[in-house]
Amino acid sequence: MAGKVMNILIVGVGGQGTLLTSRILAQVAVDLGYDVKVSEIHGMAQRGGSVVSQVRYGEKIYSPIISKGGADIILAFEKLEAARWLDYLKPDGMVIINDDRVDPLPVMSGKVKYPDDIDQRIAQMVEKTMVVDASSIAVECGNVRAANVVMVGLLAGAMGFPEEEVEKAIRAMVPPKALDINLKAFKEGHNLYSNIA
Amino acid sequence: MKRLMIGNDAIARGAYEAGVTVATAYPGTPSTEIVSTLAHYPGVYGEWAPNEKVALEVGAGASIGGARTLVAMKHVGVNVAADPLYTFVYTGVNGGMVIVSADDPGMHSSQNEQDNRGYGRFAKLPVIEPADSQEALDFTRLAFDISEEFDTPVMLRITTRLAHSQTLVEEGEPKQAKLKEYKKDAPKYVMLPGFARGRHVAVEKRLEGLKEYSNKTDLNQIEWGDRRLGVITSGVCYQYVREVMPDISVLKLGMVNPLPDKLIREFAQGVERLVVVEELEPVIEEQVKSWGIAVEGKEHFTLLGEYSPEYLAERLGGVAQAQGYGLDKEIPPRPPLMCPGCPHRGVFHTLKRMRLKVMGDIGCYTLGALSPLDGMDACVCMGASIGMAMGMEKAEGVDPSKIVAVIGDSTFVHSGITPLIDVVYNQGTSTVIILDNSTTAMTGHQDHPATGLNIMKEPAPKLDLEALIRAIGVNHVRVVDPLQLDELRSALEEELQRREPSVIIARRPCALLVKPPTDKQMVIEDDLCTGCKLCIRIGCTGIYFIEDEKLAAINPTTCVSCEVCAQVCTFDAIKIVEG
Ligand SMILES: Cc1ncc(C[n+]2csc(CCOP(=O)(O)OP(=O)(O)O)c2C)c(N)n1
Ligand code: SF4
Ligand code: SF4
Repeated sequence: MAGKVMNILIVGVGGQGTLLTSRILAQVAVDLGYDVKVSEIHGMAQRGGSVVSQVRYGEKIYSPIISKGGADIILAFEKLEAARWLDYLKPDGMVIINDDRVDPLPVMSGKVKYPDDIDQRIAQMVEKTMVVDASSIAVECGNVRAANVVMVGLLAGAMGFPEEEVEKAIRAMVPPKALDINLKAFKEGHNLYSNIA
Repeated sequence: MKRLMIGNDAIARGAYEAGVTVATAYPGTPSTEIVSTLAHYPGVYGEWAPNEKVALEVGAGASIGGARTLVAMKHVGVNVAADPLYTFVYTGVNGGMVIVSADDPGMHSSQNEQDNRGYGRFAKLPVIEPADSQEALDFTRLAFDISEEFDTPVMLRITTRLAHSQTLVEEGEPKQAKLKEYKKDAPKYVMLPGFARGRHVAVEKRLEGLKEYSNKTDLNQIEWGDRRLGVITSGVCYQYVREVMPDISVLKLGMVNPLPDKLIREFAQGVERLVVVEELEPVIEEQVKSWGIAVEGKEHFTLLGEYSPEYLAERLGGVAQAQGYGLDKEIPPRPPLMCPGCPHRGVFHTLKRMRLKVMGDIGCYTLGALSPLDGMDACVCMGASIGMAMGMEKAEGVDPSKIVAVIGDSTFVHSGITPLIDVVYNQGTSTVIILDNSTTAMTGHQDHPATGLNIMKEPAPKLDLEALIRAIGVNHVRVVDPLQLDELRSALEEELQRREPSVIIARRPCALLVKPPTDKQMVIEDDLCTGCKLCIRIGCTGIYFIEDEKLAAINPTTCVSCEVCAQVCTFDAIKIVEG
């Protein structure tokens, strides 16, 4: 991949675990010998706002942030967030969406409707669209909060990252008592990718 | 081995390697992680100060006492600390001192986007600006040497993108921390007019020396390339420039005050067209212009917000990115909101229902200003609520029994005490609600003097808020549970009628600090729900509305059974099921 830069945008709702996901992914890229930069959101938006983590890796990385039309992959933890950030996707890019719906305030208060068909609309525009039910898989693995690591599994599949490298990063970053569930969630996500792709 | 680190952790590492033994801060995004990380290094004393002014003063004392000292705050925190800052620049240091100012272009988590490079010129101290985490570490280390060599505090200015971006860092060997000897030196440290006049001379002389240093140091570097365009830039903007224009000539500044005048002249002469790329204020551009050098800048770039590689490409004609996808449908915005079970929610619901004029303050509870709670009339800076309530009363345009100040516990300790003294002393009648959730939640749950724990989460003497407020002279202090809406409302009605100052402490820990109860659940009885949506208007993600069925429903994965929605429902449709 000499000279080539990979740009991955991880989007979701504050509190969904985008930070952990980007950190796992970045660590794998470091272990594989790349230059890596990650841009994170802390603070106010973590209270249920729209959040984005950006991971860039390659031989030499300057900017920690990705430009519009520059993301190779968008990993979305929620459908509306996939749509919100879609203009960051490259024309031939891939979007992986967790089929989860979290109503934002204007929807909750009835000011606007949640666009229910949003994932289908994305799929019509973007050839490489993958919609998965990561939350249900996470529940089966033992905790809905592991949905982000199911998504890591899908992403690892899409990136062609070696399984053991990702597991190593998960071990280093997930607290011991949640490790089993998370490793299982990763495996399920990874298998799912192989089955769909 | 190289490790990924956010800029803030790299600054902490750099300070540790430089032999820092005292680190003080008041939390504030995007600066918070610096001192919380640094406090955990061996041999470092760290503290959460009650506010930034105190943090800087403790830092000044530690420096005079001989320790290498780091003080960190967000950009607006420097305003709070500005008084000691300006004069500490006069006294100068003993042990080296670095003040980190974490600016927030784009206002990811702030109430303004002031550019603190301005403090460099105004307060006359050197300002260093790193462009990635490795530089954050290296420049921090170096800044302590500069501080001691030139006998001045040094400002390390960072922005949110640096503070919270992870880039690869090679750690160095920690320097053996060595205290400098303290020697009494009143003409240097006692700023009476007679002594201060002498120190002002020293400040101006020091700046001359720093200017020479700025011209020679490796912090400022010319990278010659295609000489048709030369860009002067610093910080993360350097990365954006290089991203879109890898081949042009760049003068990368790591020291942004004082500027390297000779180096800039040399660079200007070597390129055909000279442009300054800097977020926010034209700090560099205006100085370069004042030297009679032809330079472009803000005629191309906005004064507002953060820049990005694509923005620079668009303005300067670099490598343009491919056009991305657009979705024609309006995507509803997703503003941040209070967590399910947040103790602040019921308070703002009540304030709105009582149609009060709410002078607000800064913290998680500022989210109570947003729809659907809409429970705030003004919010300016930390601690302002109480003074503003007093002022609104004295303007006499609004019924004083309708004015209330709302302030968080951390914010009250930060800067709410002196305005409350004003209310008592000048015989105001304000009613103040202190939202005591026993933490500094907004910035990520730091402790403060009224939580009973210190920065290391060790037990610490706990500030007794009730006793403090009584000692100030407020005769009516009461504690209510903000999850009991009736109790809260009757307390408010009573205290607002009183023609005397009063304080209501709404006490209940932040919902993220307590485990949700496992022995009860909220259930909506569909027969009783009329679809009125009253419960939806408290803005909780634990409850939602099914349009097709015209019924409210509980989301069991997010609801934490705080029972606020049940109290809001006038049809008794939301039940608590035990077990
Ligand atoms: C001068 C200044 N320092 C720091 C901050 C960052 N900040 C915003 S709100 C806040 C305190 C929040 O704590 P509290 O008042 O207890 O309210 P909570 O978030 O817990 O509800 C801080 C430190 C700021 N905005 N201004
Ligand atoms: S973090 Fe705590 S104080 Fe802040 S919104 Fe959530 S529950 Fe409320
Ligand atoms: S009880 Fe009601 S207000 Fe409280 S968390 Fe659950 S849904 Fe939200």
